[in-house]
Amino acid sequence: MNGFFRVAWLVMRKDLRVESRSREMLFTTLFFAVSCVLVFSFSFVRGGQAVDGAAPGILWIAIAFSGTLALGRAFERERQHDALRGLMLAPVDRPAIYLGKLFGLLLLLAAVEAVVVVMVAFLFQAPLFRHGWMLLALLVLGTIGFASVGTLFSAMLVRTTSRAVLLPILLYPVTIPVLIMGVSGTAALVQPEPDLAMARLWITLLMFFDVVFLVLALWTFEPVMTE
Amino acid sequence: MNKRVFPVLAAVSLLVFVSAPIIIVRAPYESTMGLVQKIFYFHFPSWMAMFLSVFILGIASVFYLFRRTPAADRLAVSAAELAAIFGLMGLITGPLWGIKAWGVWWQWDARLTMAVILELILAAYLLLRQYGGAGSDRLAAGLGIFAMANVPFLYVSTEIWRTVHPRTSVVPTLPVDFGVPLWWSFGGFIVLCLALLSARSRLEEQRATLDRLYLALEED
Repeated sequence: MNGFFRVAWLVMRKDLRVESRSREMLFTTLFFAVSCVLVFSFSFVRGGQAVDGAAPGILWIAIAFSGTLALGRAFERERQHDALRGLMLAPVDRPAIYLGKLFGLLLLLAAVEAVVVVMVAFLFQAPLFRHGWMLLALLVLGTIGFASVGTLFSAMLVRTTSRAVLLPILLYPVTIPVLIMGVSGTAALVQPEPDLAMARLWITLLMFFDVVFLVLALWTFEPVMTE
Repeated sequence: MNKRVFPVLAAVSLLVFVSAPIIIVRAPYESTMGLVQKIFYFHFPSWMAMFLSVFILGIASVFYLFRRTPAADRLAVSAAELAAIFGLMGLITGPLWGIKAWGVWWQWDARLTMAVILELILAAYLLLRQYGGAGSDRLAAGLGIFAMANVPFLYVSTEIWRTVHPRTSVVPTLPVDFGVPLWWSFGGFIVLCLALLSARSRLEEQRATLDRLYLALEED
């Protein structure tokens, strides 16, 4: 088991090192997320007043859209020079490779979310930090749910020609429950009278979905990726 | 095997479907819903046929993914198409009931949302099969397993959340007068589903044979 997490750690460190040298995925994803929120703020903020209850939806849409962008590129570097085959041929547990990839993406998305949350709170005057810890829990669990499926699908689509089109088509139907829970949980936190019990219910459900998604992804990664 | 099974299944489902209207007409009127209540004999069985197809899809996908049996893949495609069709029937008959019972065609409550999500996943599955190109079969199998994972949530959604949709416990507690036509149509839908499944997977099988023959011909 020790070796399993070591492999995951190594794969993640490799991804982060490549990323820290080029910063390509971070900057492109961040830019996309920022422009997404800006477009929403053009249409939903009139005269300095945001439309009622728009903030949670916009926050999660920005995360989902920019997440899709990042996920689509997650295995892009492995496509070049047949690096994916090299990675798959390594004498290690395949699910560990998946986990390492997932960790790398989660860190990237966390960096993006840190900016998006501040932007949404600022532009839409949403009291997102009133229950900061619960929002953090929602964001972490929601992102895990979204990215766990996304990493698997992105890996599956690596060899497909129309992968850029197919990723969102496959990803959104499966992850809609997670997005709904994220939006509803956030909405319960930012409404004028926060409903903490409701937010806790959504957090619990998110945990449940995360476990299901992670187990399914770890279980199917190896047979899906084997040629 | 398919060749012998299909005529039997087709004959039985034809028999049930011909006799079902008579049985449904003879069933008593429900006091609050009136004539609209008869949709139920169509609505519930079509969802059950969908659940059956999704389970077949999921299990066939698992088999294909881990054992690589081509027959499982063919079964999965057929089941996915049927699940999408029966799901569509459920989604059409549902609002017809809803407008009478709730006064609106549609509400985003837990049960209805999950039903739409499952239908979306099936549509994505079919899109992937159609446009995924080479190697999409294994990918689709992965998606099929995720589709199956949704069914338990869908089924228990009325129990967890207080939704406008009637609870699952309604069906076993129905009075006999309503229960007989319901289970009759339920049987009809299930048999029809299996008949279509066997015909459709046989079509896939013949298509695969044809492809194989073409390839063999080109090699010569």
